[in-house]
Amino acid sequence: MVGVPLWWRTTETYRAWLPVSQINELANMQLQLSADVEVVFARGTVTPEQQKKVPLTQTQDEEHTVDGDLIFKAWDHRFESPCGSLVVYVIPESSSLLPEDMDVYIGQRRTALLRIGAQMRVGRTVEQLLAHLEPRIKQVLQVMSFSHTDITAALSDRVRLSPGNKESIADSMRAFKSSPGYEITFSLLNPDPKSHRLHWDIEGAVQTYIQPLLTKLAPVANFSLDSQTLYYAMLGVNPRFDSSSSAYTLNSDSLAHVINPVEARLGSNAASSNPVLNFLLYVPDAHHSPLYIHDNKKQEVPSNAFHSPRWGGIMVYNVNGFYRPEAVLPVDININMAKVMGVFLAQLRLLLGVQSSTAPPGFLMAPCGSTGLADWELDRLMWSRSVENVATATTTITSLAQLLDQIGNIVINDNIAEQVSSAVTSLQLAVAELEAGNLGFALQYSKEAIMASERAFFDPSLLHLLYFPDDQKFAIYIPLFLPMCVPILLSLLKIVSEARQKRREKQAKKD
Amino acid sequence: MKILTFFSLFSTFLSANSINVEENAGQFFSSGHTNNWAVLVCTSRFWFNYRHVANTLSVYRSVKRLGIPDSHIVLMLADDMACNHRNPKPATVFSHKNMELNVYGDDVEVDYRGYEVTVENFLRVLTGRLPPSTPRSKRLLSDDRSNILIYLTGHGGNGFLKFQDSEEISNVELADAFEQMWQKRRYNELLFIIDTCQGASMYERFYSPNLMALASSQVGEDSLSHQPDLAIGVHLMDRYTFYLLEFLEDIHPASKANMKDLFKVCPKSQCVSTPGHRTDLFLRDPGSALITDFFGSVRKVEITMETINLTDLIKEAEILYILSLHQVDPCCDKYCTFGH
Repeated sequence: MVGVPLWWRTTETYRAWLPVSQINELANMQLQLSADVEVVFARGTVTPEQQKKVPLTQTQDEEHTVDGDLIFKAWDHRFESPCGSLVVYVIPESSSLLPEDMDVYIGQRRTALLRIGAQMRVGRTVEQLLAHLEPRIKQVLQVMSFSHTDITAALSDRVRLSPGNKESIADSMRAFKSSPGYEITFSLLNPDPKSHRLHWDIEGAVQTYIQPLLTKLAPVANFSLDSQTLYYAMLGVNPRFDSSSSAYTLNSDSLAHVINPVEARLGSNAASSNPVLNFLLYVPDAHHSPLYIHDNKKQEVPSNAFHSPRWGGIMVYNVNGFYRPEAVLPVDININMAKVMGVFLAQLRLLLGVQSSTAPPGFLMAPCGSTGLADWELDRLMWSRSVENVATATTTITSLAQLLDQIGNIVINDNIAEQVSSAVTSLQLAVAELEAGNLGFALQYSKEAIMASERAFFDPSLLHLLYFPDDQKFAIYIPLFLPMCVPILLSLLKIVSEARQKRREKQAKKD
Repeated sequence: MKILTFFSLFSTFLSANSINVEENAGQFFSSGHTNNWAVLVCTSRFWFNYRHVANTLSVYRSVKRLGIPDSHIVLMLADDMACNHRNPKPATVFSHKNMELNVYGDDVEVDYRGYEVTVENFLRVLTGRLPPSTPRSKRLLSDDRSNILIYLTGHGGNGFLKFQDSEEISNVELADAFEQMWQKRRYNELLFIIDTCQGASMYERFYSPNLMALASSQVGEDSLSHQPDLAIGVHLMDRYTFYLLEFLEDIHPASKANMKDLFKVCPKSQCVSTPGHRTDLFLRDPGSALITDFFGSVRKVEITMETINLTDLIKEAEILYILSLHQVDPCCDKYCTFGH
């Protein structure tokens, strides 16, 4: 009587309470994204009467199904908020601000110019005007903020991508997954120190060219930078001599085998588990200079560089033009960091997911500015990162809840329950902010959600080593309890038979 | 005239760019992985289990030769054979009695050694639940685009594998660990090879997608060792891994041999036991999976077509000023107007 409850309590595992119902709610949530667009009509596009009739705010909802599982609704027009919003200026058709064939200009900040079409001359009604503008503004939005394909790619953690567009698959494989921090390492490879004494002002170059980009990307992730010089580091692939251009060439097939021999010598920061981006600058040795990279069509690549998805980039920098063949070796060479950083910056953009999608016809894009990143590109990245973070955190939390449910023997400590609760709260806040269109806050909450959910999922105490197959449970308990049970059972039987006998005697007495 | 040249430049650039992406996407499309990892575990200790350490080291050697760097290999050896005081040839581990191949090599990096090789540590490595103080070299930092090779060897039985002569891991625990890896998307595809007695029982319980498994023997059969070396005094390698090593020695990084060739390694005539494999959870056709998809590390590369011109930095003026075309100085080569 006392033993059974006592035994139950003592062999129970400690499991703190988890907000399971909220977690299940998260699994079936609808993601709503709002982007604010301010449309400004320039003089000459609408008449004064039409101006009075243009509605001050207008909401546009669009529902997109993503594999039937998760639905997201797109934008609405409202007024005023900085990050994640856009301003579109509508200019008259005859304006000379844009070249004749271009209808849209996308600026460096969050602005765009839209030329009103020829058919929208004065005399049309407001409704027709708006109906004409709507799809064009939508197109601008798809380029500058987010499109169906972007969101689907970001949600690929929740919803398995069916092999669709080849280009989108290549894009999704190239960029690093969302992570709270990244490590960037710049390495100078000098296989021939006897001939070349290389000087590169890496600190200055990083300060001038790379740091502005990283500072701008600070809301997205933390970055830590390293640099090193490696001597006698060969490429591992023998370049072929091309007599037509009297230069050595590396063709695109052999590029795949270049990285592995070098990677073993690169090293990495042992203290962090963040993904590492490696940027290598290779200066060919004097006997194999100049060295050019050829693409599939045997054409020289202008940047003389290539990159590997989710790894980094390599650039080949030829120095044979800087000194005469009869110069005294070793020669001092200063590397032109602007040229090098130009290539590395472009590769960094690709690897971080700031991909420049091909502009639709009729679109003109502004140059990207001194930081190497336009504001609307940053917004694009923030949209897709927020959605990705929300999707990943949701998957982590739901699978953790499922796992803890399935395996009844795992101990759930209080700190894990705390992390899970905070992750759920952050996720709910992030979804709310996405709906409201506050991109900055949404990203912040989504990052908090991811960190909390990862900490909970990967907590070292959640190791399932308490696996007892049923036959082992029987094997443990039977030798303990069977000998005890036998006299108990026998005495119970005896009690029952005695009681029955007494009842029979009573019956007999009555009769 | 200006506009015409501008337009033609723009259009050719667009078409060239799209073709490039097509070709590169073709390289990616087949396997879907961008990096490779290997977890190689030897679970037995004591000198007479020399062959298990030799097994693991021979797979380690092949994997390194085919390109996977040490930073992506987690090598767990339960005992040290090369520097064992009973080793007549110190600092070597041979695979064949002719002593032609020293699988210990010059630069072995053992991540978990001796008593650190436990069931708990193995499961921690797989699921990623390591204490925060664990260094990078002891972690499996794979992502959703990693192909992982897992090789286990030692003494096993029906449904379990013995670690260090004192504990065991069951096939259910292993299957659950793989499921947790899948839930967290810690692998793209996983190849599981096991060389123990009754090895096929270890992959019976797998239920996560994208797993392919090979074992050296079926349930009820023993995996046998290859041959003893009378000078060293112990059996040097197990049969299955010996023929596997022989097969892998012929593979080079550009090789196109696929998994179907791997299934043919060590038929019953050579191995005495019947090797088995399991591919029902693998989504691709095994014939299209290359050996180097798991054993090697062939990187996908793309040519960098864009650069950013940083030599003339220009601050962007008011939006309306920029639009006078002659004053624009291209910053991003891709989107620029070639007005001058």
